[in-house]
Amino acid sequence: MMTNILWVIAYLVLAPVIGGLLAGIDRVITARMQGRFGPPVLQPFYDVLKLTEKEGITVNKVQDFYVLCFFIFVVITGCFFFAGGDLLLVIFALTLASVFLIIAAFSSNSPYAQIGAERELLQMMAYEPMVLMTAVGFYIFTGSFRVSGILSFGTMPFLYMIGIFIGFVFILTIKFRKSPFDLSMSHHAHQELVKGLTTEFSGKTLALIEVAHWYENIFLLGFIFLFFANGTALGTVLGLAVCLATYFLEVLIDNSFARMKWQFALKSSWIIAITVGFINLVVLRFML
Amino acid sequence: MSTIFFLIGFPLVVAIALLVLKADAIRDIVVRVASVIIGVASIYLTFQYYSIGSELFDFQSETINSLMMGIEICLAIVVFVLGIKYKKYLASVLAAVQTPVMVWFELTKGHSIEVINNIYIDRLSIIMVLIIGIIGSLICVYSLPYMKDFQHHHHGEKDRRPWFFFLLFLFLSAMFGLVVSNNLVWLYFFWEITTLCSFFLIGYTKTKEAVDNSFKALIYNLIGGVAFVLAIVVLGTYYGTLELSTMLLFGTMGYSVVLPAALLAFAGITKAAQMPFSSWLLGAMVAPTPTSALLHSSTMVKAGVFLIIKLSPVLGWNVAGVMVMMVGGITFLFASFAAISQSNAKRVLAYSTVANLGLITACAGIGTYAAVWAAIMLVIFHAVTKSLLFLCVGTAEHNIGSRDIEDMDGLFGRIPRLAIFMIVGISGMFLAPFGMLVSKWAAMTAFIDSGNVILVAIICFGSAATAFYWTKWLGKMTAIMARRENIQNNVHKEEWIVLGTLTGLTIAAILLFPVISSTILVPYLTSVFTGVNAASLLSGNMFIMTAMLALVILLPLLFFGKTNKKIVPIYLSGTNLGDDLTFTDSMQQPMPVSLKNWYMEDYFGDEKMCRYGGIISGIIIAGVLAILLGGVL
Amino acid sequence: MSYVTKSPWVIHYDGSSCNGCDIEVLACLTPMYDVERFGIINTGNPKHADVFLITGAVNEQNKGVVKQIYEQMPEPKVVVAIGICATSGGIFKECYNILGGTDTVIPVDVYVPGCAARPEAIIDGVVKGLGVLAEKRETMIAKSMAVAQVLKSQKKETAKAETAETEAAEIEIKEEA
Repeated sequence: MMTNILWVIAYLVLAPVIGGLLAGIDRVITARMQGRFGPPVLQPFYDVLKLTEKEGITVNKVQDFYVLCFFIFVVITGCFFFAGGDLLLVIFALTLASVFLIIAAFSSNSPYAQIGAERELLQMMAYEPMVLMTAVGFYIFTGSFRVSGILSFGTMPFLYMIGIFIGFVFILTIKFRKSPFDLSMSHHAHQELVKGLTTEFSGKTLALIEVAHWYENIFLLGFIFLFFANGTALGTVLGLAVCLATYFLEVLIDNSFARMKWQFALKSSWIIAITVGFINLVVLRFML
Repeated sequence: MSTIFFLIGFPLVVAIALLVLKADAIRDIVVRVASVIIGVASIYLTFQYYSIGSELFDFQSETINSLMMGIEICLAIVVFVLGIKYKKYLASVLAAVQTPVMVWFELTKGHSIEVINNIYIDRLSIIMVLIIGIIGSLICVYSLPYMKDFQHHHHGEKDRRPWFFFLLFLFLSAMFGLVVSNNLVWLYFFWEITTLCSFFLIGYTKTKEAVDNSFKALIYNLIGGVAFVLAIVVLGTYYGTLELSTMLLFGTMGYSVVLPAALLAFAGITKAAQMPFSSWLLGAMVAPTPTSALLHSSTMVKAGVFLIIKLSPVLGWNVAGVMVMMVGGITFLFASFAAISQSNAKRVLAYSTVANLGLITACAGIGTYAAVWAAIMLVIFHAVTKSLLFLCVGTAEHNIGSRDIEDMDGLFGRIPRLAIFMIVGISGMFLAPFGMLVSKWAAMTAFIDSGNVILVAIICFGSAATAFYWTKWLGKMTAIMARRENIQNNVHKEEWIVLGTLTGLTIAAILLFPVISSTILVPYLTSVFTGVNAASLLSGNMFIMTAMLALVILLPLLFFGKTNKKIVPIYLSGTNLGDDLTFTDSMQQPMPVSLKNWYMEDYFGDEKMCRYGGIISGIIIAGVLAILLGGVL
Repeated sequence: MSYVTKSPWVIHYDGSSCNGCDIEVLACLTPMYDVERFGIINTGNPKHADVFLITGAVNEQNKGVVKQIYEQMPEPKVVVAIGICATSGGIFKECYNILGGTDTVIPVDVYVPGCAARPEAIIDGVVKGLGVLAEKRETMIAKSMAVAQVLKSQKKETAKAETAETEAAEIEIKEEA
């Protein structure tokens, strides 16, 4: 119980710091890949702090409320995860949070925000089967949905769940909002729908979304860690290394691919889920 | 037992009374008072049998048997004649096959089989009684102002509302009878009455479309009826019993009752509009909204899944069970896909109903303690939430003049309270921490534990599709459009009362859900699935869900609509004409902003989805029935 | 410590420019000049932006648009007029359709003349703009503090007035008694 509380506090305090640093490292690596210097590593923090200093403007009286709910539920989801909670609960709470963000965009009745919201919804539909199958895979392999149970299982799940791992990394590109799947609200210098989902947000609201994404990224990397956790020091080190490697891989993919159309995002995610994901589940089911 | 007779008899009396009373004011009083009495009686029944749980009643009556047979023959003749009149010959054929076989059986073999316990009550029946009594009554009360508006819109046509209300209360009576009948012949009788009520209610408007759809519903349900009759014949001939309880006992004791179970499940499948029979439910949406709410989402179709749930101890990994689980799963998947491409609100609700019934069917087919727990929770939550949504759509339709979701934008400004109720309803259908999600969670766990990996994949994909079409609609509900005239006061007070009650029930259901589970479900399941330890499912998570619900309710109360930020126009590339509704186009003319959702017809067009789903389910059903019937012959 | 100068986000709008200055602005974002070193990101959304880079002159058609974009930017914000057309109308000043430079509709903080303005000059202009941004931020803070003070003293005044009233009423009652 005590360790759980400590983990939650650590998550609450450290996740934005680590998430922001990762975002900064992302930008620096991207810049170097493009042959330029790039911003300082702490730039994301400057960005968020600057946003808090801006004048408070909004387009209606409710969208800030929805974004606040989005933020609260993302943080709650992460807390569930780091307190050793049930993976399905984590996924469902995250869905609730995502729906709040989407509704915030819908509430503005603005064309750019609306298309961003529809694309965001489509992204959700694209990655959800694979994410659910990941949780199912962990359950079949370790006998528990709970993060605490998975961590204490003892055998490294990675090789047995390699299909699911591949599928999960594939949809991670969607969740991290990286090309080719950054359809709804591109980061950095990309623009397509003006700013898509976040068009009508500004100032503190926008800062809140950015910080929420940092919280989210940390517990998504936590999912990756679960594939390698086996209770030993080697497993922990390997897990952390793979997390960082995966993040770097996402940055590499981001810089190598142009944005694809939504049809491709949906089709490819579902085909990956139904092939590598499903086959892995069948193998797990009949192996155990 | 007298309460049971009261519940069956009283609505019947009210129905006949409403058939003769023509005056609006008297009808209003009768319906309102009757609804309250029915609701109270249902609750009273619950308290009566709360601690006892289940009881088989030693009750026989030759008079009732003969009366039932007589009525069945009359109804068969009515269907036969109507089928010929409207040139729907298949209906006449089915009626001509079904009832004579039934009558022949009853007069020959059936006569010799002694049925001691014709009526029973158990906790599952209590839940159904509560649903019928409370939600059914609320819908009847809602129908009063709704049908007044309906009559107003259809000015000049004959006022057939007495017939409408007669059918509603007759239906309630038949449903009560259905859920307490242990004698399958009696169950079949009430089953067919509900089919006929549905037939007449769908055809109420008497337009060509309505008539066609009513016959489609009748035909599909009669096909199920034929299977029902066959099941009774098989049970009577080869097993020597007509009692459901005895059949289940045989099954759990190890004797195979696979054939009658499969036939009865097939009847349930047609009534619950599973694929390939789902088109009747979609067609039924032409009926007035109270019909859709009462029959085609919360009650009649629940009779179909009710029967399948009752059969669950004898399903599982046998031929009948596999048929049921796979048909349920396939229906859930393809109906969820089909809902994505629909913009007509009632069609979205209809496909969602079909999908959720598929999920319940699949759970019942798996036939484990956990799966049936999930199935019953789904039944409860779905009944409450879906009826709320249908009634909201009905109110919206009458006030904004359209059933299309695309016309509902700005509803938050025009009828705020309705929009809020719909938001609660829509969230209740798929979001944490509401009931449907919790039930779906339990269903997923049950699927995984059953070992059926295909069903697991189905529920993963189906859930993703479900979130998509509901959130789309939710977005329309929450869109704030400038300068919308508030027409909230046009809505009848009665409609508000019913909608408000249902919304309250949606929230209360999830709060009370641990109590419902431990006091009603767990005792029922322990008695049916003997030898399983009653481990409470998701207990720690339930507490978290309640906390999340409290948060979801508290946050809006504290923060909704409160901001002191400066309001600026939306970004329309700088050409906003200031009202957020129009912009200057490239020819310097004002152009209105029009936003529509995505429907992805090419991927999720409902004709395609129903075709695929129908073919797969059809093959499964045909295959299984062929194997079983071939084995007998 | 103001972070506005460490993370200035830019919105770039072309009024009626020949695109010469626009190309130079975009060149600033390329690896050659790499303005992201200063935290500058080209966001196309006024609600996210701090610096309004405008090229080209103002005519009837874009007058409203420029104003709207400016109004939808939250404070503190600066406007940098790039190129001589944005500064004063340039060689098109006498044309019948041109109203003038950007300052005919919105207040401009930095002018970067040139035809086309060179990237080095543009960057220089933006950096000067950052200085103005910092000043505006200070003013904004000072203003909001002043407003808070006034509200506080208003509250005190009304409270004082109320206590004075009650005291006066009490004295009256005492005198009557």
